[in-house]
Formats: sequence, structure tokens, C-alpha cells
Amino acid sequence: MNDSEQFSVTVRVWRQAGPKEPGKMAAYKVSGISPDMSFLEMLDILNDDLLKKGGNPVTFESDCREGICGSCGLVVNGDVHGPDEHSTVCQLHMRRFSNGDVITVEPWRAKTFPVLKDLAVDRGALDRLITAGGFISTNTGAGPDANATPVEKDKAEEAMDAAACIGCGACVVSCPNGAAMLFTGAKISQLALLPQGGPERAKRALGMVEAMDRQGFGNCSNEYECEAVCPKDIKVANIARMNREFLLAGLISER
Amino acid sequence: MKLDAKIPAGPIEKKWDSHKFNLKLVNPNNRRKFDVLVVGSGLAGASAAASLGELGFNVKVFTLHDSPRRAHSIAAQGGINAAKNYPNDGDSVWRLFHDTIKGGDYRAREANVYRLAQISNQIIDHCAAIGVPFGREYGGLLSTRSFGGAQVSRTFYSRGQTGQQLLLGAYSAMMRQVAAGTVTILPRREMADVVVKDGYARGITARNLLTGELESHAGHAVLLCTGGYANTFYLSTNAGSCNVSAAWAAYKRGAGFANPCYTQIHPTCIPRSGEHQSKLTLMSESLRNDGRVWVPKAKGDKRPPNDIPEAERDYYLERRYPAFGNLVPRDIASRAAKTVADAGFGAGATGQAVYLDFRDAIKRKGAGAIKAAYGNLFDMYYQITDENGYKAPMRIYPAPHYAMGGLWVDYNLMTTIPGLFALGEANFSDHGANRLGASALMQGLADGFFVAPATVGGYLGAGKFAPASPADKEFTDSAGEVRDRINRLLAVKGKKTPSELHRQLGNVMWNDVGMGRNEAGLNKALKKIPEIRGEFWKNVAVSGADKDFNQTLEKAMKIADFMEFSELLVRDALERKESCGAHFREESVTPEGEARRDDANFSHAAVWEYQGEGKAAVLHKEPLTFENIKIAERSYK
Repeated sequence: MNDSEQFSVTVRVWRQAGPKEPGKMAAYKVSGISPDMSFLEMLDILNDDLLKKGGNPVTFESDCREGICGSCGLVVNGDVHGPDEHSTVCQLHMRRFSNGDVITVEPWRAKTFPVLKDLAVDRGALDRLITAGGFISTNTGAGPDANATPVEKDKAEEAMDAAACIGCGACVVSCPNGAAMLFTGAKISQLALLPQGGPERAKRALGMVEAMDRQGFGNCSNEYECEAVCPKDIKVANIARMNREFLLAGLISER
Repeated sequence: MKLDAKIPAGPIEKKWDSHKFNLKLVNPNNRRKFDVLVVGSGLAGASAAASLGELGFNVKVFTLHDSPRRAHSIAAQGGINAAKNYPNDGDSVWRLFHDTIKGGDYRAREANVYRLAQISNQIIDHCAAIGVPFGREYGGLLSTRSFGGAQVSRTFYSRGQTGQQLLLGAYSAMMRQVAAGTVTILPRREMADVVVKDGYARGITARNLLTGELESHAGHAVLLCTGGYANTFYLSTNAGSCNVSAAWAAYKRGAGFANPCYTQIHPTCIPRSGEHQSKLTLMSESLRNDGRVWVPKAKGDKRPPNDIPEAERDYYLERRYPAFGNLVPRDIASRAAKTVADAGFGAGATGQAVYLDFRDAIKRKGAGAIKAAYGNLFDMYYQITDENGYKAPMRIYPAPHYAMGGLWVDYNLMTTIPGLFALGEANFSDHGANRLGASALMQGLADGFFVAPATVGGYLGAGKFAPASPADKEFTDSAGEVRDRINRLLAVKGKKTPSELHRQLGNVMWNDVGMGRNEAGLNKALKKIPEIRGEFWKNVAVSGADKDFNQTLEKAMKIADFMEFSELLVRDALERKESCGAHFREESVTPEGEARRDDANFSHAAVWEYQGEGKAAVLHKEPLTFENIKIAERSYK
């Protein structure tokens, strides 16, 4: 790396010692940044600096750093997952920034995602939505030969589009109502589009929608913010399908 | 240490069936009285937990993630192998078995690999049944693609996200059991120790990563589904939290560690861009279906790749291996890339890269077809490099990826500690000295969905269990030892960050213990590693408190284990004076420069037994015998 390409930025980061502690923004200068560096690698440098000065590094979550595990999630300059479209923050690179920029970094903000420490939040509520019906009840070894159940290619592709969700929670954070409808709609859609999911369609739709209420997620008011920030470009059409599934389930269910 | 692989008698096709019949069963009403602790929630852990839960066992799952869905299996891209023979191209259980043994360079156990090939088909059936959206043809049936080391098309896939879809399938099956009350998930727990009582694995010590509390959990069996150790090399394709710690703790409690030197270097990764790099990103092997690998024919040719005419390109894989071409196995493709780069033919500014070119495939099939098959990979490449893979060839280079070595297990996937099982990448069992592409997902799910539920049940059904509880001395002693180690780390208060020291270790591992190994380099590493470890314990900086959400401490604990484990890896590499699969000893090559095995002296699994701190581990050998496959020089020409 050519030294002349290196630059510095100031990051303003949310610091909060624990779930019940008050938080505040703190500013740090980070130098020696190269354009090929990822945003999280820039935070790594910040943390190594803090550690060497005897301070406490900034807690933030990441794991695969290739956009698939869903661990990372930051609000960068007000943008959920940063300025790039349909990208996780771990895929954001410093070539999008310039020398001297002031970058504001905040945690996911949603009633259902309490802050644990600094930039890390608890997204366990999403797992509890899946437990409420985001599965097909077939025991291991019980299924027929895989090719015994043909699936229309277009439907299979549409199911895959929905299944691509990485469970990062960006949809909840971007929604003014804190709704988890894109997340839930994607799972309901995936399983409704596949014949294997057919027998439990009604039960699933009722169970997962009820669970969204129980967990404290809000409702949809057609803002489309969730689709705009989704790293996997999951479409709001999945919410429409969830609503149809829920309505249909209400009509036919005896519950 | 006695190594009894417990391979069932009888012809290889019948072994698994007859073994399942001979295993003891637990009465359905009694199953809930057995507590099974599953550590790790990737493909192996999630599928084992789901299946054991369905059977009615009382399962606790421990994951260091905030959600079990984030385990690193999620990042597997290309696919999962199965011997379905749907394409009618001559595949069979026998051929998958054969390809896997050959792919592993005749260093895996025949009986285990045959069982894996048999189970492969059941995995596809089950995953389709639980809603995994596999790629399909217009007729509605499943589609397959080709992977390295096979001349049939047997790899099932979900675009470039097969690991994600299979993991989410296993995860959803497990969450169904959470709803059913048979499985309890304990997220943000890192296993710190295995608790052994009266010679049996009876529980674990885990650290709650949010509060720092050490917890003791007792059970009747412990399943380690904790993945591989490629992060020993610092830079690898693994996620940041992947570690060797659970397997290392088991080793220190008496579990044999097998073939630690078998580490796979994946040929198609995005090259590193600088010192800051925290990880390397894999580009799926499936890209080699359509991408052609080449370097300039002229040394140091720095022209942009599209300006280099056809006649001045060396498609070295197609040239050297005409039968398999770009789809040679990973170890061979990686070494070939290193050979051309070391000789000065490497591509790009650093010369540490080769081209993966889609020009011809786009011309033949259209950009749309390439996008449909690999769109997400091209997007990822663009996000990381700012370069468009449709317009110019990608630059790729090998990177540490997968560990074939792991805890030694018998046919039941039980380690040398009774009651302690190891599944998936954490064990050593199926891939020999080199894993074929799309076989990791197959093995993780075979172990978890089908093998462990039978063999763990057999173990529980046959055993008589003395009581065990967290109040026992063994549990409190274990927690005490873990606490001491944590306190030691916090007391160092040094000047170097854990990552800096890890990077130092990684440089030694990559330079001296990487794709090419020789006695001098390995001895050099054996000298340097204890020095770096010494520096670590004198000069590591870990701030913050023990009883807190402390990511620096978590990291330092993992790196402390890499500092010890790496030495065993090198000793194993030094001891194995042959080349086989991914283990390439420069002293042992054929006249054409290919790996030369030494079957007379090394046809065994090398199993290491811990002797205590500061003492040299003792080597045991499990001889490998081949009754069903004719052992031969491994050729892909």
C-alpha cells in the first residue's frame, strides 16, 4: 500500500458500559487508513489503539465478514449498514470515505433489540419468531425421495429469494414502527411457496404473526424502508404474501 | 491410549446397517432422562440437536454466537455432494466413496467414508423435506453442478449460499424442538473445558460471554461440534470466532488429536490487500465450472489481463491436468497457483495472484446465465475489490480454509474419552489428507442428522451412569482451572494486542507450515512458536474485567490456545515425512513435482496424546487398511 493513499477519519461512536448504564457518543481519531480496508477493519485499528493506550475497546459484533452470518449491524452516518445499497456493514470499504471525514457510528436502535454494550444489541427476539413456526415439521429420515416432490422452478427461485435473509435485523431498525414483518414475511413466504411447507401454512402464519405482537414488534405502515436497507434485497412483496397467508389462515383456521 | 476404531465386521455395504441393528436402543419413555450437551450450532451441532430432540432426548445446545443461526457453516457457498445419480452420469454410492478416498489421498478410514457416501442421499431427501430451497430444473426436479475431484455432476446447491440454506434448515429443525421443549439453546456461551468424571465425559465448563460467569453443566454425553482450526494461520477464510479451543480443551483432558497437520488451503480466495486484513474471503470452487484459471506466459507481465492475447496466456491447470482441467482437487489447484506465482508468473500488482476468467463462459452461455449461477459471488468480489468480474478476470490466490485433522473418533464418532463425541469438522474422520469440495456440508449433516443420533443413543442405552452434578469436585476443579487461566491473562497487562501476536503466529504458520513444508522450515517454526507464545504470556494486552462482556478477553483466550496447538500441528507435519493430499513435504515429490506418498511408512492416522504442560505429546498410530479400494498414485491427468 502506497503511504500517500493513507488517510485519517474521526469516528463518533456510541459508548455504553452495559444494558442499564447511560450511554453517550465519544469521538476518536483513526489514522493509517487505506482505501482497501473494510469499515470493520478500521474499527479494529481503533480498538487496537484503545487497547494499547490502556483503554477499553469498542464492543461491536461481526463474525464472517463476508456478508452472510448476519452478526454485524451498525448505523453509519444515519444509514443502516452504511451508505452502500443492499450490503452489510462488514462489506463497506473505506474507499467510500475521504480524509478528514467525521463518521457517526451507532448501534441498532429498536425497542426489541436492547443495547448490551456499546454497539452490540440483543436480537434474540428474532429467534423466538422462528420458534413460533418458522419450520416444517418433518422428522429426520421421514421425508420421501427428494425428487418425489417437484417444485416449479420459478416458485423455487422465489422461495430462495425469501430464504436469503441473514437475520441481521436491519429491517426492524429501519422501520419507524420497529416491525419485523420483512423478516417474518420472508420466512412465511419461503415455506408457503414450497409444497413441503403446505400442511402447516395456516398454523405457521397465525403462530408467527402472533409471536411478532408478543415480542413487541410493531406493524407495517408501508414505508418500504426495510426493503431499501435489506442487505439481501428481500422484497416487501413478502409482507403482502404474509398478510394473505394470515388472512387466509384466519378464515380457514378453527383456532 | 488405546485406539480401537470399532469398525463393524462384514462387507462394507452392510457395516452401517448391521451396526445400527447391534446398537442398544433407549426406550422412548426413558430418553428424556438423558441430558445431551451439544457444543456448537453449525451444521453438525444443529442437525444433531434437532434429531436427538426429535427422538426425545433432553438436549442443551451451547453457542458462542448471539443466535445459533450465525455459526460459520453459514458461509459455505458452493454445494453439498450426494450420490443420487439424478443426472444419469454414472454416479453411485460406490463412486462417491471411491472419489472421497482418492480425494483424501488414501488417508481416510474406508468404513467411515463408505457410510458417508451411503448417507449422502438421505441428507438431500431430508433437506428437501424441511424446505431447503435447492436449485431446480424447469421440470421441477433438483439441479446439480460439478465440483473438483469428480467427473460426475453430484453437487446440489442453493445458488452460492448452500451452507446458509442448509444451516438455516438444520436451525429451523432445531428451533422446532425448542418449541417442543426437547432442546434448550444457551447462546453466547463459550465452552472452556470438558469435565471428565471417573473416566467419562460428564459435562462442560462454559463462560457466559455477556456476564463472564463460569457455568457448570452436567450431562450424560457431550458432543463437540465446534468446527475447525484454520484460524491458526491468522488469515483464513474462517470467521473471526472460529477456534480450536474446545477441541484443545478435550485434548488436554485426554482425547487423542488426529492428523493436525492436514490443513486445506483453498485455491480460490480473494488475495490479501494489506497488513490490516482481518480475514480472507473465499470465492466458491463452483466458479471453476465456468471460470478458467490462467497466468501470463511471460514473467512479470503487468499488462491489464484483457490486453493479454490468448496465445500469451498459460491455462496451466488445463495444460498440466487435461482430464480434470480447472476442476482438479483443491490441494492440487492451490499448489499449482503457488508454483506459478513463486516462479514469477503471478498476476496483478503483488504477483501473489492468478486469474479466474469468465470471458469464454460469458461468450458461450451469456452474462445472464453466469449471473444466475454465481451472481452473489460476483457481487461480493465487487464489494471487496471494487472490480467487475464480468468485465475482467478475477484475481484469486489460495488461503487456509479447512481442517481435515481434528479429534480422533471411532466409528461411533466417539473420542478416546468415553461419552465425548466429535462431529463435523471438529473430528478427523472422513476426508483423509484433503477434503473434496462440497463434502464438508455432507459430512456435517451426515454426522449430525444420521450418525450421532444412532451412536449416541447406543452409548446411552448401553451405559450405566453414576450421578454427576455441577456440585461435584470435578466440575468445581475445572471451573477453578479456567478461572486461573483467565486471571493469568488479565494479569499480564502487556503492550501488544492479542491480534498483533496472533498475526505474528500466523506469519510463521503461513511461511513455514503453509502450502509447501520442509524439515528446515518446520524446525524453524518449532523454534519460533514457543518464542511467540512466551511473548504472548509476557506481553499481551487484555483490558477490562473478567465478569463483563469482554471481547478482548474472549479473543485472547482463543489465541492462547492457538499458541499451544500450532506447535502440535508443526510436530505432526514434521513427523509425517511424506507428501499426501494437502500436506506437501518438499522432500517427497514425484519427478513431475506432484505429491509422493509413502504408503509403506505412513499409511496411518497420527494420533497425539497429551502428557501435561511442557511435556512432549506422545504419538500413536491407527493403521489404515484398504480392502475395497485399490490404493494407487493419485492422478488427475
